Amino acid sequence: MVRLFGPLVGLFFAVALLWSFGNGAYNAATQPTPPSAEKLFHMHPKEVKFSFDGPFGTFDKAQLQRGFKVYQEVCSNCHSLKQVAFRDLTALGYNEAEVKAIAKNWGNKAQTFDPKTGDRGDRPNLPSDHFPPVYYAGQGVPPDLSLIAKSRHGGAQYIHSLLTGYVDQAGYKNEEGVELLKKFPDAKTPDGLYFNPYFANLNLAMPAPLVSDGQVAYNDGTQSTVDQMAMDVSAFLTWTAEPKLDKRKQTGWPVLGFLLAATVLAFLAKRNVWADKH
Amino acid sequence: MSFPWANEYKPTNPLMQWVDERLPLPRFVYNAVGAGYPVPRNLNYMWNFGVLAGFALVLQIVTGVVLAMHYAANDKVAFDSVEHIMRDVNWGWMLRYAHANGASMFFIVVYTHIFRGFFYSSYKAPREMIWLLGVVIFLLMMATAFMGYVLPWGQMSFWGAKVITGLFSAIPLVGTPLQEWLLGGFAPDNAALNRFFSLHFLLPFVILGVIILHVWALHIPGSSNPTGVEVKQESDTVPFHPYYTAKDGFGLGIFLLVYCALVFFAPNLLGHPDNYIPANPLSTPAHIVPEWYFWPFYAILRAFTSDFLFIPAKLMGVLAMFSAILVWFFLPWLDTSPVRSGHYRPLFRKFFYLLVVDVLVLGYCGGAPAEEPYVMISQIASMYYFLHFLVILPVVSSIETPAPLPFSITEAVLGKDEHATLAPATPAVA
Repeated sequence: MVRLFGPLVGLFFAVALLWSFGNGAYNAATQPTPPSAEKLFHMHPKEVKFSFDGPFGTFDKAQLQRGFKVYQEVCSNCHSLKQVAFRDLTALGYNEAEVKAIAKNWGNKAQTFDPKTGDRGDRPNLPSDHFPPVYYAGQGVPPDLSLIAKSRHGGAQYIHSLLTGYVDQAGYKNEEGVELLKKFPDAKTPDGLYFNPYFANLNLAMPAPLVSDGQVAYNDGTQSTVDQMAMDVSAFLTWTAEPKLDKRKQTGWPVLGFLLAATVLAFLAKRNVWADKH
Repeated sequence: MSFPWANEYKPTNPLMQWVDERLPLPRFVYNAVGAGYPVPRNLNYMWNFGVLAGFALVLQIVTGVVLAMHYAANDKVAFDSVEHIMRDVNWGWMLRYAHANGASMFFIVVYTHIFRGFFYSSYKAPREMIWLLGVVIFLLMMATAFMGYVLPWGQMSFWGAKVITGLFSAIPLVGTPLQEWLLGGFAPDNAALNRFFSLHFLLPFVILGVIILHVWALHIPGSSNPTGVEVKQESDTVPFHPYYTAKDGFGLGIFLLVYCALVFFAPNLLGHPDNYIPANPLSTPAHIVPEWYFWPFYAILRAFTSDFLFIPAKLMGVLAMFSAILVWFFLPWLDTSPVRSGHYRPLFRKFFYLLVVDVLVLGYCGGAPAEEPYVMISQIASMYYFLHFLVILPVVSSIETPAPLPFSITEAVLGKDEHATLAPATPAVA
């Protein structure tokens, strides 16, 4: 039975697939799909190096503090950071008093509700509070940034590329020298959106947030160029997405070392046990 | 059952004697995975993967049970509770990465285990039941892994659940009601998340039960081996302990090295970034893809792009995807060659390697966006997949001339076996 019906079932699926293949090939030959603007003009993130790259890389706390300052003064006007608590900032090298002050002076206050009176109000943030929600009145929904580095292909490199990748769409050419608006006149960025070839569909609702050198005044003497600010905030957002990165790699090395030693011993034990059987 | 020369359990420790007389559990373990189980002496490293799969299951159960202590299966808080585990639970990040990558490692070793079975025809008589139970385990694993991926309630969780339960809606007449019944609603929401959590917790223990049956069935004929020649005599076997416990110990070391390298240095390598975006029913991801271990079957599902003989393309895809695994159930009866091992089957071997490449191609296409040329490549690759099992294997079995087999496992290992010389005139080497 199996040997009778088996080949019939196999041929049934094969013919159905051939039919699909034929239709697909016919369509591809008669009405080839022209490549889209996204396909031709979307850019992969720039290859930039971060201190936390690779198996030995760790966060640079000074850079995280600078990145936090960029977040605080620029990004936090529109973007929340709800998975992160103020107390977590001690990992950036701030002491408890500094964290308390940062929480207390944070622009958006913590929401309160008094169940006795039904009154809603607010109070200054405490180190135990998470970063408060941000209410955004403009167009679009600014995403929460806590996990942005892990939720985009390319992570920190993507964030840096996006922040530094805004260009004028008029006359924009890709690496092959094809001019976008000549090839795709309909791809003109609509009003209220901004052109950025590092964004998946080339147009996003966020205007360039980092526009001039010195926009954020750094305390540690680092030149706050646009590129530097973008690097720093990308590093900071990698930390908010993966705060245990340093601890993870730090734990990994002794684990691998132990396992390597144990595996060598296991191999020698195996060879010893099998010595008379080969 | 075992071979007559199997060691008998003779405890010297009075406590073990006392236990063994009242409940022969030590004896049971000794006969199952101890010195009382004679195993062919020529097993290669491909035979490590059964033990590794069992280890991976235990790993998943241990990490999973602890994760369940901190996770909240509610669509309002599930995503945040996972982030709570990652940030605030002591070593929670390690548990979660260990669990997520543990699933990938589980599939890596199980796929290797299955393809070992294909190459050495481990499914052939008298081992059909081991094979059938193995396919059941694989189906249960797929269901468990799919439901586990839904739990973090990210974008891929949500849309994956929607696509996979949507497959049932392809069934004529009862499809849509069936899908709504499975989800507990019209789209994935809290009811679906809760039942997936419940089943995700339950199914691993069902898998454990079927594994016990799988190993039980294995101990009836005993392990197969790379020559495919059955055990004939005591010199063909060695006791499982210490020979294969030692070999498995080394294999486990390699497994753990790869696994820990993933967990500690590339924990998100095999995941999709979109699952770090909270589930949003109003925003469909550009490309919905399942986890890598489903990619070959996902490619088969998507290969059917045209209706065929009144059968809608979607239904064809669903039928084909399920058939791609169900066909394994019939393998013992499709491959009728009396020779087991691919080493002695020159023609079969070529098609086997073609199948390996074919499944890798399917996997690549399944992970790629549903556009040309990937769709056309997966159509060709799916065609080969079905033809391989249902047409090529039966034909190859009947036309192939196998290479001569060694007389015994002993001869295969040592080059000669004095039992092979029955009469002085017979040449010893076959």
